[in-house]
Amino acid sequence: MILVNQAIQGILLGGYYALIACGLSFMFSVMRIINLAHGSLAILSAFALYVLADRFDVSPFLGLIVVVPAMALIGWALQRTVLERSARGGLLVPVLSTFGLSIIIDNLLFQQFGADTRSLAPYIGDLSFDSWAITDEIAIGKLAALTLATAIVLLGGIQIFLKRTQLGRMIRATAEDADTVGLVGVNARRVNAIAAAIAMATVAISGAFLAMRATFDPYAGALQLIFAFEASVIGGAGSLWGTLLGGVVLGVAQSLGASVSPQGFFIGGHLAFLVALFARLFFGDFGPRLRRAFLGRAA
Amino acid sequence: MTLLAVERLDARHGLLQAVRGVSFAIEMGETIALVGANGAGKTTLLRTIAGAHRLSGGRIVFKGVDVGARSSHARSALGIALVPEGRRLFSRMTVEENLLLARSAGRAGPWTLDAVMTAFPNLKARRRSLAGTLSGGEQQATAIGRALMTNPEVILLDEVSLGLAPLVVERVYAQLEGLKASGVAIVLVEQDLKRAMAMAGRTICMLEGAIAIDGPTSSLTREDVTKAYFGLRRNDEHGASA
Repeated sequence: MILVNQAIQGILLGGYYALIACGLSFMFSVMRIINLAHGSLAILSAFALYVLADRFDVSPFLGLIVVVPAMALIGWALQRTVLERSARGGLLVPVLSTFGLSIIIDNLLFQQFGADTRSLAPYIGDLSFDSWAITDEIAIGKLAALTLATAIVLLGGIQIFLKRTQLGRMIRATAEDADTVGLVGVNARRVNAIAAAIAMATVAISGAFLAMRATFDPYAGALQLIFAFEASVIGGAGSLWGTLLGGVVLGVAQSLGASVSPQGFFIGGHLAFLVALFARLFFGDFGPRLRRAFLGRAA
Repeated sequence: MTLLAVERLDARHGLLQAVRGVSFAIEMGETIALVGANGAGKTTLLRTIAGAHRLSGGRIVFKGVDVGARSSHARSALGIALVPEGRRLFSRMTVEENLLLARSAGRAGPWTLDAVMTAFPNLKARRRSLAGTLSGGEQQATAIGRALMTNPEVILLDEVSLGLAPLVVERVYAQLEGLKASGVAIVLVEQDLKRAMAMAGRTICMLEGAIAIDGPTSSLTREDVTKAYFGLRRNDEHGASA
């Protein structure tokens, strides 16, 4: 029964990981940009919601009405000023520029807010600890359930948007061949800026859930980036349903790891990530070459 | 009436000047065969006109507007369409999605999804197939259909029959005849001289980035063009200043 509970809690935790991985995976699949400032931007939106809640008594859910568009705007501006330019220099330059960006964001937040840990939990009332008791031993947290539901709706919504709308088709086509879309009347620059705005809007939402379910401080972004990265890679970078699955796998692995040993939480997650990574390497496009290199000619 | 005028157009690939001072004009509804050996600059010329390649000198005037500095999507919104060499379909999208995408040019006109499906019946059954899984002929039809969905006034077709089976080439050309009748101006790059000249009212032959011969097809023999093609008649009465 304990194992079942761990698995259920892992799936719920996976909802959060899928949520935070959504923007990272979307940005990689559309713009081929690995955004290392992803976690810091999530923390930035968490602080924005915190300021709204603390100083202006705005509930974090209402605060999202302001913060989501604001982050979308930041995404647009980032694409136009930093990402677009660095992407022209190849795949690695955006890694460097977004890494620099994360340092700037982290330290600006530190300068402004200090090292105190904060949380949005006090501003959402009972939701932060309420749960439904399923059996005597299994309870499902309302906030965790809401997080998973949000992840499913968000990822599913983006999937449908990409599939069914003209803007979605433009985004997919630009992702596939940014030079050719111009010939059929698509403004690739504009499309990429819109995609960056969408990615940052999802970052704002994930930042809200991060801050409601746990604590955060100005330097908490790096860990969130790692979780987002692991979930994306496990799920297959660029596929949105895969991202949901990747988040759940990561969450379950961490949660099962924690039941083995108190240190097992992170180790379980990293192990799942490494297994998925090597499986991908060995059975993916580079598989045949790698297998030959590792196992010798006999294989 | 002149639809598109190209004036002393230069285009480069780094240090290599692929197109050197090319000038010509296209009338509304005209069909031009653009021929020349590999590396003569035909593809670069078409890509520069469509805005997919940077213009390094000269002017491109479309319906009285200098479009030389405009981006490719702005040009397609004005009515210039290119069917690129190698088709360049979005292989992870369906045929229908490839076609619908071209609505982004924002030009209304006779070419709708249904019109394209009627003109290219071979696409009907493949509507929902990924473009990457199509046969060569189906891919070419999709690429032409996609360009038509922008409702262009001039369509630039690069190497239409490259890599297609002879029977499929027949069918594509039958469709182009229908297109010609609809009043769209066509610039056709084709390796098959005979076929290109049979279709076009005017033939332009390029040699080493410049126009070697330009005239009504009826006044040119295949031999004239063949000579220009190989650079054997650059300075006689037909030759542009070489």
